[in-house]
Amino acid sequence: MSRILRKISVLTLALLIAGPIWADELAIRNCGWCHGMSGQGYSKAPRLAGQRRDYIVNQLRAFATHQRDETLGVKYMWNATANLDPLTAGKLADYFSALPPEAMKDGESDLVVDGRAIFENGVPDENIPACQACHGPQAQGVRALPRLGGLSFLYLKRRLEDWAQGRDLSGTPMPRIAAALSPTQIAALASFLSFVEVGASER
Amino acid sequence: MRAAHWRVALQAALASFLTAATLSADAGEKYVHAARGAEAKFEYCTTCHGPSAQGFRGFYVMPRLAGQPAQYIENQLLAFLQQRRRNPVMANVAHGITPSMFPALAKRMSALNPPPFGGAPSGEAALGREIFAHGLPDQNVPACSACHGPDAKGQREIPRLAGQLYWYMVQTLSLWNSERGQGGREDISWIMRPTVANLTPKQIQAVAEYVSALR
Repeated sequence: MSRILRKISVLTLALLIAGPIWADELAIRNCGWCHGMSGQGYSKAPRLAGQRRDYIVNQLRAFATHQRDETLGVKYMWNATANLDPLTAGKLADYFSALPPEAMKDGESDLVVDGRAIFENGVPDENIPACQACHGPQAQGVRALPRLGGLSFLYLKRRLEDWAQGRDLSGTPMPRIAAALSPTQIAALASFLSFVEVGASER
Repeated sequence: MRAAHWRVALQAALASFLTAATLSADAGEKYVHAARGAEAKFEYCTTCHGPSAQGFRGFYVMPRLAGQPAQYIENQLLAFLQQRRRNPVMANVAHGITPSMFPALAKRMSALNPPPFGGAPSGEAALGREIFAHGLPDQNVPACSACHGPDAKGQREIPRLAGQLYWYMVQTLSLWNSERGQGGREDISWIMRPTVANLTPKQIQAVAEYVSALR
């Protein structure tokens, strides 16, 4: 009898210690199903590794409150964030923002020069501002403004197209900017950004 | 009789199809751009400087334009064109605006009065208020209010400081010789040169805290 009691108490103790660790790991693993276990992104899911911590927290909240309503967000992220408490969201953001990001390099290399020009200078005659003013000269992002450098061409292109079509209107001023970009300009920007590596100063 | 039935059914189907089409068109509310000309340029400015031109803290700090004296805005736009003020992003922007549009644009900005952007610290605001109102006579720092006005609203080519972003104030005052004064003695900003040199970093932060919260 005492043997069983001892076994139960040991098991309880082990669960008490392992429980919280296991829970956190589980949440990270849940993100990993789509975003990749090292957070580098996969197919339709964007890279999270090296993304700005405040941005991740903000976006998780925007999905949970249904403000961010682009098609794939509605389909996958609304459910994923439905029961996410702020503490866990913060821990997830800590974890993924600290991982080293790798550039996806899946854009068209012929368009890189055009994309860089728009990113650095904007197109003043078409009322398109320079992306670097907010996202930084190396597309590194800051605070709640996302890092764009090295995100996948497919993700960047779709995100700009979603904004241009009136999705996620909470992301001011991106809907206005995206609507002013032509399909060629969107492809150029997404191509350029997909090749941007993490700045040497950040490594 | 049979034909009439068909017609009713067809009309009902068409009606429901049209309703569905209208609904799905409403679902995605596409962003619609404002008119051309000065109003489109105004919208262009607010993309970075904030929806009501209250300023925005991006990677770089975009200053508040709302409520600035129209003459100040016109002069600064010209300064970017004439290289009296050097800023690569704003040089491009100013070249994308027809100079004949400057007055209308400046007037539009000066008429706005949104609340301050906020987010600044406030621990040294009392010292800032003192410097703003009375200057630092022992350090040869005149009262800011003498030129920028007792309510910090600016006048003519002298900027409004009320509600200006804290980080923008600190950056501009701390790095004065690279942020301003590239136009030499003829440029109005030259007058700030000695004053700024006499302020300590702590005093600069104090002034920035105080004015950034003013409405």
